[in-house]
Amino acid sequence: MAEEQFEPTIIGFLCNWCAYAGADLAGVSRLQYPPNMRTIRTLCSATVGPHQILKAFQKGADGVFVGG
Amino acid sequence: MKDTAKSDVRIGVFVCDCGSNIAGYLEMKELVEYSKTLPNVVFVQENLYTCSEGGINEIKQAIPKHNLNRVVVASCTPRTHEPLFMSACEEAGLNPYLFEMANIRDQCSWVHMRERETGTERAKAQIGMAVAKAARLRELKRIQLNLSHNAVIIGGGVSGMSAAMALGNMGYEVDLVEKEGKLGGLLNDLNMILPSNEPPERLLNDLVARLETNPKVNIHLNSIVSKTEGYVGNYVATISKNGEELKVKCGIIIVALGARVLTPEGLYGYNGKDVITHLELESLLRKGPIQSKNIVMIQCVGSRCAERAYCSRICCMTAVKNALLIKEADPTARITVLYRDMQMYGVELEEMFRKAKQVGVRFVTFDPEKAPVVKDGSVSVYHLRMGKEVSIPCELVVLSTPLIAQEDAPEVSTMLKVPINENGFFLEGHVKLKPLDFATDGVYLCGNARYPSTIREAIGQGLGAASRAAGVLSKDALFTSGIVADINAQTCCGCLGCVAVCPYGAINFFPERGVCQVNKVLCKGCGGCAATCPSSSARLDGFSNEQIYAQIEKALAG
Repeated sequence: MAEEQFEPTIIGFLCNWCAYAGADLAGVSRLQYPPNMRTIRTLCSATVGPHQILKAFQKGADGVFVGG
Repeated sequence: MKDTAKSDVRIGVFVCDCGSNIAGYLEMKELVEYSKTLPNVVFVQENLYTCSEGGINEIKQAIPKHNLNRVVVASCTPRTHEPLFMSACEEAGLNPYLFEMANIRDQCSWVHMRERETGTERAKAQIGMAVAKAARLRELKRIQLNLSHNAVIIGGGVSGMSAAMALGNMGYEVDLVEKEGKLGGLLNDLNMILPSNEPPERLLNDLVARLETNPKVNIHLNSIVSKTEGYVGNYVATISKNGEELKVKCGIIIVALGARVLTPEGLYGYNGKDVITHLELESLLRKGPIQSKNIVMIQCVGSRCAERAYCSRICCMTAVKNALLIKEADPTARITVLYRDMQMYGVELEEMFRKAKQVGVRFVTFDPEKAPVVKDGSVSVYHLRMGKEVSIPCELVVLSTPLIAQEDAPEVSTMLKVPINENGFFLEGHVKLKPLDFATDGVYLCGNARYPSTIREAIGQGLGAASRAAGVLSKDALFTSGIVADINAQTCCGCLGCVAVCPYGAINFFPERGVCQVNKVLCKGCGGCAATCPSSSARLDGFSNEQIYAQIEKALAG
């Protein structure tokens, strides 16, 4: 059986005012990137608490990205 | 985790094709079918353009028809379209905060254009996450605030006066507060102003006369704003004059503090007699032609150095202006300008620079590592082109010193909770998008308080700040966002952790009850308190832990 290539699932917490806007801009600019991220919009990266990051890892995230 | 999504939650999902922007790259049928399988979803509709009038009407019709109490739109970005869909919900009688968006265009179809299958998987996950969050949304309320339609302007220089005149003419009551005994600021000390090359009196007298005769403008001389309280629409500013205090209500505050000229003590032998600043030269020129035949001007004195890294922007044009004026009065005068780089932007200044060279003003570059040395009767400088030290005889040395921030800028910054940079100049909300606003609502800035500017720029900024301010003052009422923090008084232990992180000073501690409480008018909904609170008592409505956990779980369930 051919080994399946590992595809990580990454939870991305993106600040509405900068990183989320940047991710939108990537779209407007048609920059291509792998579809492994699942975006969660926050109103500030400061609102991303340690509990939320731990929750993501607990539930099986391979990576957490906080953009702000 | 306890699942608090109630069984009576009825979610409608609208999946947008955005023409071919989404439908061209993702499997729409699959998204629609997947949406139908999600918990609490009772209605799914695909639209060619959900944001079109037809799409909006479909949302408005579906809400009563299918008894929807939550709406999810999977389309572009909430940064542009959330307000539109929220108002559609509101018009259909649904609380607008029971709406959620899934971004499947800007952050999906447009960035995964060659990955139809995996891109569709991501879109499904984003829709699933939005639905999971929607099920846990609560009704939120915007708070309606009355507001004062008056303005307070701190600083009666040319930018503050221009702002006052504009607002006064629009019919708003203005309190213009000037710390000196007369209006005009730096304009009072100048000789000729650019680009019209006329004495400043005409502009100054015109502005002062128009302000003094405007019944809407109250001028407070020898006064400062010593205290401000409140928030956008409802500020109370305390104007102090000789120990007497006057409290005025105002909706907005404009910071027009201006700047002052650096006195170059200890630089290039400055003595205020034969080594002077350009401002001092201008006051000499006001009295009549100057006697000196040989004049050396040195640029960037006390600026673009380790202590003050910035360029003051207006000194080059001032030096060229004064050189030309001296040359016009006495064509035999020998003027040398020692410079590092010339800042002569725009058509008029370029032309002026060319003219100065034509009439024989000499421009010599110097290296700051080998700075000019002022001696008795001459200035010696290492001439970069000639590769040797030259000595220029002169009777007068004029130093171009930068505009520096006002001494009271840090106090005003603390008082209004608005930022200043390392040089004491005020920092606008965004260099391009909000150049005359602060991040704090209802506080604006203009003129030299922001950065050294020409008179024309100061007037432009003053009018601009007035127009931004009128955007608030012209409203009948203000509404806060419903997305604000809340602190559970039952579980709050009063540790003050949230008070320390809140950038808006929106949290108060009540010692008698031992709890912290959010002022929902001041809160901007950043959620810093919620992330900090050790007992999870602070919660950001609309972005609560429960809602975000639901998104995380859904994202990782598939």
